[in-house]
Amino acid sequence: MKISSLFYTIRQGFANIFRNKWYSLASIATISACLFLFGLFYAIVANFQHIVKTAEEGVSVVVFFHYEGDGKDGADCGPHVIPSEQRLEEIGQLIAARAEVSEVKFISDDEAWKKFTEDYYGDSYDPAGFPENPLTGMDSYEVYLSDVSMQSALVTWLESIPEVRMVRYSELTANTLSGVNLLIAYVSLGIIVILLAVSIFLISNTVAIGISVRATEINIMKYIGATDFFVRAPFVLEGMIIGLLGAALPLWIIYSIYNYALSYVIERFTVLSGFLNFLSVDDIFRILTPVSLVVGVGIGFLGSFSTVRKHLQV
Amino acid sequence: MTGKELRRRRREQMIEENGVIYLDNVSKSYSKGAPALNGVTLSIGKGEFVFIVGDSGSGKSTLIKLLLRELTATSGNVYVMGNDLTRLRHSQIPKFRRNLGVVFQDFRLLNDRNVYENVAFAQRIVETPGKVIRRNVPAILATVGLAGKYKAKTTQLSGGEQQRVALARALVNNPSILLADEPTGNLDPKNSWEIMKLLEEINESGTTVVVVTHNREIVNAMRKRVVTMKKGVIVNDEEGGEYLDED
Repeated sequence: MKISSLFYTIRQGFANIFRNKWYSLASIATISACLFLFGLFYAIVANFQHIVKTAEEGVSVVVFFHYEGDGKDGADCGPHVIPSEQRLEEIGQLIAARAEVSEVKFISDDEAWKKFTEDYYGDSYDPAGFPENPLTGMDSYEVYLSDVSMQSALVTWLESIPEVRMVRYSELTANTLSGVNLLIAYVSLGIIVILLAVSIFLISNTVAIGISVRATEINIMKYIGATDFFVRAPFVLEGMIIGLLGAALPLWIIYSIYNYALSYVIERFTVLSGFLNFLSVDDIFRILTPVSLVVGVGIGFLGSFSTVRKHLQV
Repeated sequence: MTGKELRRRRREQMIEENGVIYLDNVSKSYSKGAPALNGVTLSIGKGEFVFIVGDSGSGKSTLIKLLLRELTATSGNVYVMGNDLTRLRHSQIPKFRRNLGVVFQDFRLLNDRNVYENVAFAQRIVETPGKVIRRNVPAILATVGLAGKYKAKTTQLSGGEQQRVALARALVNNPSILLADEPTGNLDPKNSWEIMKLLEEINESGTTVVVVTHNREIVNAMRKRVVTMKKGVIVNDEEGGEYLDED
């Protein structure tokens, strides 16, 4: 293809959009509407998942160890193996090495008591009332999970360590969070697949109708002796530009809405931001932008390519 | 001698022996009903002016479609400019069609473009340099009497003028053959005659012209070769002939 023909093809691709402005507008509107719904839903679902994930990461398992004098109250503490400082450190490393563990914090007995007094007595705490640390010997590890569904496996393993006296955890919280997470994943995947399928169907139909209206034009080109490429290229370019515009418009709208909603929630409902951790605009658009552009431009390309092909058999 | 050269020689020989258009015992059947063409043999020489006449269903349109390689023959061979159209691959069709100029009853213009663009379009397809297009298009528009209307939208033109644009588009690439399918079907008598006069001038300059028509008055007045078709067969082929009555 000569350079002049290439420029002509590109010019025609752009010119077609203006020549058939109503079709172009209808196509852009359809693509925009589909991808807007898709984007909006994605933003909501991604935030849901992020909030649940953050909550999961906050779920901890606390591991206590045997110490001198435990079981005095008659509690069954199993075999009485008291860990040395070195062994305690070693157990900490073993816990941290596990795949489901995201973070391990060592809490010494003094730290534990300090935190307890801060939480329950606050400024009114009088050290004179407790000449000795009542939690002496109760060193512990706070273990945070990256995958809360693995909690019970971790607990079983921790309980098998002879030095471990007790593992404190909430099975209900772990199961609920893991169930909610799974539910959101399945429902969102299902809805996203349906939304994408509907988008692809609607967009490719719009592109097909727009091109079918111009079947005569394609016909004329073929009678005059145009090659399939020469006929197809402006239509495909036109489809891709329409797809690009149709994808860019909802991205811009969602960006503005999301930005506004995020600052509104943070400013007006400061209490929410304490326990609900929303995704930033960048986090959302890191995935949404390429997906929307690929869907818009891709369907524009495939829709126009296959529709023109039907009319080329002249 | 290269393969390309050999093929060119064969085509030239075919034209010399059988003319620029040659149908050799051609039949064409659609899935239903009687064959549209039944054992048609026809030869049209270089520079001839031929009318193809006949009633609806006589096979005229099928004949034109076969010549354009829009359809392929069920049996027999169709040669145009020495090319065996039954052997032509899909990718070779565009290049082949550039030998032909085509004019239709409904003009088939690009109505969203002006007169100049419609004609220039045919040259762009064959990748003619812009400089040459800017020279050729006004010249051909002047030939068909539309020099002053190159900027007009085709929808602003009369039927006769639209057919002139179609004619200019068909001629701008200097085709060897001009196929006109009912070129006066949508025109009043005055415009019909003007178009036929143009076709005659084009023929006089060396282009082979094949006109499919129903227009008895024109056929009888012009005294050209007339091929009459009926029910898929050629019933009469006469130089300087007339449009025969139905029975």
